[in-house]
Amino acid sequence: MTPPTPSAAAPLEVTDESVEKSLSPSTTKGSESRSPGRLAWKRFKRDRTGVISAYIVIFFFVIAIAAPLIAKLYGKNPYTTYASQRPELLDAFSYPSGPNGGMSSEFWFGIEPQLGRDVFTFLLYGIRTSLGIAVAATLLTTVVGVVVGVTAGYLGGKTDYLVGRIIDILLSFPSTLFFIAFMPVVYGLFVAPDENIPTSLRAISLILVLSAFGWASIARLLRGQVLGLREREYIEAAKVTGASPKRIVFKELLPNLWTPIIIQSTLMLPAYVTAEAGLAFLGVGIIDPTPDWGVMIQRGAQFYTEDLTFMLFPGLSMVIFVLAFNLLGDSVRDALDPKSKR
Amino acid sequence: MSNTNPLLDVTGLTKHFPVMGGFPFKRKIGAVQAVDGLDFQVAEGESLGLVGESGCGKSTTGRLITRLLEPTGGSIKYRGQDITHAGRKQLAPVRSEIQMIFQDPYASLNPRQTVGKIISGPMEINGINPPGGHEKRVRELLETVGLNPEHYNRFPHEFSGGQRQRIGVARALALEPKLIVADEPVSALDVSIQAQVVNLLQELQRDLGIAFVFIAHDLAIVRHFSERVAVMYLGKIVEIADREDLYDNPRHPYTRALLSAVPEATADEVPSRERILLTGDVPSPLNPPSGCRFRTRCWKATEKCATEAPPLVQVEGNREGHLTACHYPEVKETVPAPRLSKDPGVTA
Ligand SMILES: Nc1ncnc2c1ncn2[C@@H]1O[C@H](COP(=O)(O)OP(=O)(O)O)[C@@H](O)[C@H]1O
Ligand code: SF4
Ligand SMILES: [Mg+2]
Repeated sequence: MTPPTPSAAAPLEVTDESVEKSLSPSTTKGSESRSPGRLAWKRFKRDRTGVISAYIVIFFFVIAIAAPLIAKLYGKNPYTTYASQRPELLDAFSYPSGPNGGMSSEFWFGIEPQLGRDVFTFLLYGIRTSLGIAVAATLLTTVVGVVVGVTAGYLGGKTDYLVGRIIDILLSFPSTLFFIAFMPVVYGLFVAPDENIPTSLRAISLILVLSAFGWASIARLLRGQVLGLREREYIEAAKVTGASPKRIVFKELLPNLWTPIIIQSTLMLPAYVTAEAGLAFLGVGIIDPTPDWGVMIQRGAQFYTEDLTFMLFPGLSMVIFVLAFNLLGDSVRDALDPKSKR
Repeated sequence: MSNTNPLLDVTGLTKHFPVMGGFPFKRKIGAVQAVDGLDFQVAEGESLGLVGESGCGKSTTGRLITRLLEPTGGSIKYRGQDITHAGRKQLAPVRSEIQMIFQDPYASLNPRQTVGKIISGPMEINGINPPGGHEKRVRELLETVGLNPEHYNRFPHEFSGGQRQRIGVARALALEPKLIVADEPVSALDVSIQAQVVNLLQELQRDLGIAFVFIAHDLAIVRHFSERVAVMYLGKIVEIADREDLYDNPRHPYTRALLSAVPEATADEVPSRERILLTGDVPSPLNPPSGCRFRTRCWKATEKCATEAPPLVQVEGNREGHLTACHYPEVKETVPAPRLSKDPGVTA
């Protein structure tokens, strides 16, 4: 057996430090930082589909927000039944007398059959209502899902087990069926059966019910993410330096969860738009005369054999919006999480 | 504080991870005996090497010392203060003095934080306001660990593995610790980079007088770093000694086997140590062998080894402070090579 050489670092040749240094990102100049967020933004900007979809989505949100302003400039509103003052707008069968659903320079998107309301403003306000409900439901769902998911994942143990079972139960529910059955029950909680249900109550109930069933999937996703991140060494590093649980959740965990949160909510929003429209179509969501995408489609379905135009505008615009938003969601995911690219 | 008082005093340290299972209700069905009764001390400014195969409980030991894990038994004293079961608030004053460097340079830095934030975080948490502000101190620390101070605004993904590990070192230094637990700080790095990082740690130990618990899975790196070395096997220390004693006069068969795997320091050194190839797998810590835990792989095992666990003591022929846990310790310069499972040809 040979004695070890006491000289330190004898076989450990020191390689040139500059070699390692030169591996450093020399592409960025000065102290300009390439934050993960900025890298994602760069990736996103290169994605043509994503950018176009983003413009379309932004366009929809702008017209929804600016609906009252546009309506004012346009000089009409979605409630007035223009045909009752000017019966010549509708023919004997209560269909628009003009061609193409009564489209004209005065009524850009034509006139609604029977009541003779202005389709353009009705659609604008309809988009406004639908997007408003969908956005509110998405926000509420995300907040609840994140809070529950992160708490369960971080605390683990019994809390996690209990939350996990609740999530399992919620996810196994046939939610569409349940919405239909459950919406009248929710309304019944607030108003007597023979009373009129105010629109704001309908909207709030929709938001609550959509969120009550929606949070489970995002909570489950985040719980899994947190379970994985919790064991990361940088969390342990923070603990070793004495970080409080609050600091660990907000400064160490949350910044790493933005990606799944954003991806999930961008995919959730179009789903809520269609769900909201579906409920309105079935008569358990927003109802006529409140302008709403789903209400319009429901009315359009009554007349489409005679007057396709009236069905076309809400139908097409919704397809375009949902498609664009889904494509945007995909692009956002690819930008934030390039590894998941198909 | 008197000189005889060690900085860190660990006695009977034990960590058993419960294994849950069963149907329909989960219950404890066993325990992974990851760490089972460790005794060792670390003096101020000293570097203790902790060596053993993967899975023998080194990381668990490190996490127990830094109190990331709650010990199931034994005690940990830091400067005489019992921190075995101290909570987060009670630990606060000690926290800044015991820091850790992690194994994986890719997992140990938060990808969403800039280097500046990563290094100044510990100061923020502990309310340390260095003269000149956090940024100045971060720049200083970056310089200390051999990085460009202008890089404090960059993100971890912009650095190589070795550089990241330096950032981890800077973070540990931010609190001016007295003791650093380095859990295999270089084993994830490229061989060419390993020496640089080890040298950096060595400089810090020398210049700043920081004590180290340096964890490694082989004896090669520890040889250059640690004055004292403890060899672990299946959750127990089988041998602990000053560096020279351990490398010159390994008494435990396991130490000897590990040592035979260490590449020779220089090529011209006369007869190469015979390579002892251990056969068999490391037994599961769920159900460790009775008596001496090494007996399933030991070429000298007898009936006694199976029934009686050898105590960690100064066996005959050992110098002061050289403890070995073996009933039949190796004798220096044994000419007949181990009877079993030797393989002089293997070099890899
Ligand atoms: N959190 C844990 N739960 C259960 N078993 C664990 C846990 N951490 C480590 N172990 C087990 O403890 C043993 C020692 O692990 P570790 O300390 O990581 O070994 P080393 O760092 O020496 O490779 C291993 O068998 C491992 O599977
Ligand atoms: S006690 Fe027996 S089995 Fe254990 S190392 Fe010594 S000789 Fe081998
Ligand atoms: Mg380990």
